Amino acid sequence: MSAPLTAWVEGVGLLGPGLPGWAAAAEVLSGRAPYEARTTVIPPLECLPPAERRRTGKVVRLALSVGLEAVRNAGADAATLHAVFSSSGGDGENCHEICQVLAGAERQISPTRFHNSVHNAASGYWGIATGATAASNALCAHDASFAAGLLEALAQIRTDETAVLLIAYDADYPEPIRARRPIPDTFGVALLLTPTATKGSLARISAELSTAPAVLLPDTRLEALRAQVPAARSLPFLQMLARGEPGTVVIDYLEEQRLQLVVSPWH
Amino acid sequence: MTPLALTAFTATSCLGRGLDATLAALEAGRTGLVPCAFETVTLDTHVGEVPGVDAAHLPPELGEFDCRNNRLALLGLRQDGFDQAVRAAAGRLGPGRIGVWLGTSTSGILETELAYRRRDPATGALPGDFRYRGAHNTFSVAAFVRRALGLEGPAAVISSACSSSAKVFASARRAIAAGLVDAAVVGGVDSLCLTTLYGFHSLQLVARNPCRPFDVARDGLSIGEAAAFALLERPVKSLAADSVLLLGTGESSDAWHMSAPHPEGRGAGAAMTEALVAARLTAADIDYINFHGTGTPSNDAAEARAVAAVLGERVPGSSTKGATGHTLGAAGGLEAVICALALRHGLMPGGVNTSAVDPELRVSYLRDSRRARLGRVMSNSFGFGGSNCSLIFGRAG
Repeated sequence: MSAPLTAWVEGVGLLGPGLPGWAAAAEVLSGRAPYEARTTVIPPLECLPPAERRRTGKVVRLALSVGLEAVRNAGADAATLHAVFSSSGGDGENCHEICQVLAGAERQISPTRFHNSVHNAASGYWGIATGATAASNALCAHDASFAAGLLEALAQIRTDETAVLLIAYDADYPEPIRARRPIPDTFGVALLLTPTATKGSLARISAELSTAPAVLLPDTRLEALRAQVPAARSLPFLQMLARGEPGTVVIDYLEEQRLQLVVSPWH
Repeated sequence: MTPLALTAFTATSCLGRGLDATLAALEAGRTGLVPCAFETVTLDTHVGEVPGVDAAHLPPELGEFDCRNNRLALLGLRQDGFDQAVRAAAGRLGPGRIGVWLGTSTSGILETELAYRRRDPATGALPGDFRYRGAHNTFSVAAFVRRALGLEGPAAVISSACSSSAKVFASARRAIAAGLVDAAVVGGVDSLCLTTLYGFHSLQLVARNPCRPFDVARDGLSIGEAAAFALLERPVKSLAADSVLLLGTGESSDAWHMSAPHPEGRGAGAAMTEALVAARLTAADIDYINFHGTGTPSNDAAEARAVAAVLGERVPGSSTKGATGHTLGAAGGLEAVICALALRHGLMPGGVNTSAVDPELRVSYLRDSRRARLGRVMSNSFGFGGSNCSLIFGRAG
């Protein structure tokens, strides 16, 4: 990489097992509060019209919830933002239901199931919910999906000089796919990133490709989460952000390369 | 934006393998759509199936990626010397300096659909040969192409339904401009599967006969499959006159409906406008438009309104989906390559199957292929979830 890609973090949204929102999660990740493993709770989604809300699965509710939290924490206007959605598996429950019906005699899948099957379903519902009409992307890079989404957002910030909302999210599959892709629970993280600092900036980040090994988490339960959920590969970086201390962290990306992030708290 | 050169490109669809077969079919106004005989599908429709996909065998060391979608990808990579061109570029730039951004909507889902028929009757478990990472996962086509070409740079799949492999051009141009890579393999690969055939059928969007984009009697789309690739690089100073450049990209969101376009084509118009601004061009500079033109009543109506509003009613355009079918996540890539052929050979491909253009659609729709010197062309791609992308390509000289 010729020069590191930089951005300012304006707001964070987070939902995961025992991590109910960024404020509570930051206490845990910084070591100020103990980690208590609990199933992820996704709050009801008030931002969609009732007809649309009924059609959404938990993956879409997860993505929209963390996205809205990051926007709220940054005091930003969701309707004005570019967005990058990145997910390893998208809506696994919906995929399972479709495959089950297609394996039967009738093969009559519901229209809602079909339009929810697109990998950009969360991005589509986000637009309907917030009125955001700017570019929105929908990425997948298997276990590398968080870092791939972050790189996409950082490249966009560098070249188009615009704020970008990154939303990385994954949900557990039902059986029988679960046995072959054992993601234990849902996890979503959103970062509102801007090209220049504002009064509310949390930190400046500077990213480069690296071959150094990824940082592991000292808490064995959080480390298990990091290793098992692609979106949770963000946790070592989020921990640094939660501590509010400067430092360097390496997170997982593709098999032979990682992403190094230099984090500089702003206040 | 700074223009990028398409230093190599290729396409494989139901029109044939590689550029010569594709160009010959477009010139002759031939359709590749045939009555659907895919797998065990019993729908009364036409599809654009690529013959011989299953005869493409992945090398043993890449066996974990074996699925119909990656077989089609391999078939596509081997046409027109595309794979050799990428290897040569990797030798020049370094394999870590070339990224891979590919579009697909369904990846290797066909293998999962078939595996669900073979679940253990007692436990419900999937058969042992089900492979999540190499076949099922949406990223598998980019992981496979990256490995098959020996590349080590950044990679991602963009899966935004039918705009997927148009949007990869925008992501790649940002990655090159940001210095993340020096070159990028972009394109799209999508293959026939039951999810899309029965899914579009459930939405009553599938035509019985070969699709007729922009026709007054259009009644839906025909599904196709394709693998299309381009190698994007910063242009050298002495480009040949018939070299093709990516001049502009534009992306937008409808923020309207999950499976229907905004009726006035609001997002479509925004994407076209953004592409023009990025290319520093105006409507008068565009010589031909390759429409998204799926053949559904609502898509073509919304697109025509947006085109008329942004480019006026005089720019000639056509949808090539009457020839290729709608190749979904590969459509943006396939139609980018068709635009590159149009520029290189001075050919505006006519929209086959369309006999009476809908008078409500106020665009200059080309039914017959026409020879003309083309300087700059636009390609539109719009997808479910209101995801829109417009690309502008031009000749170097």
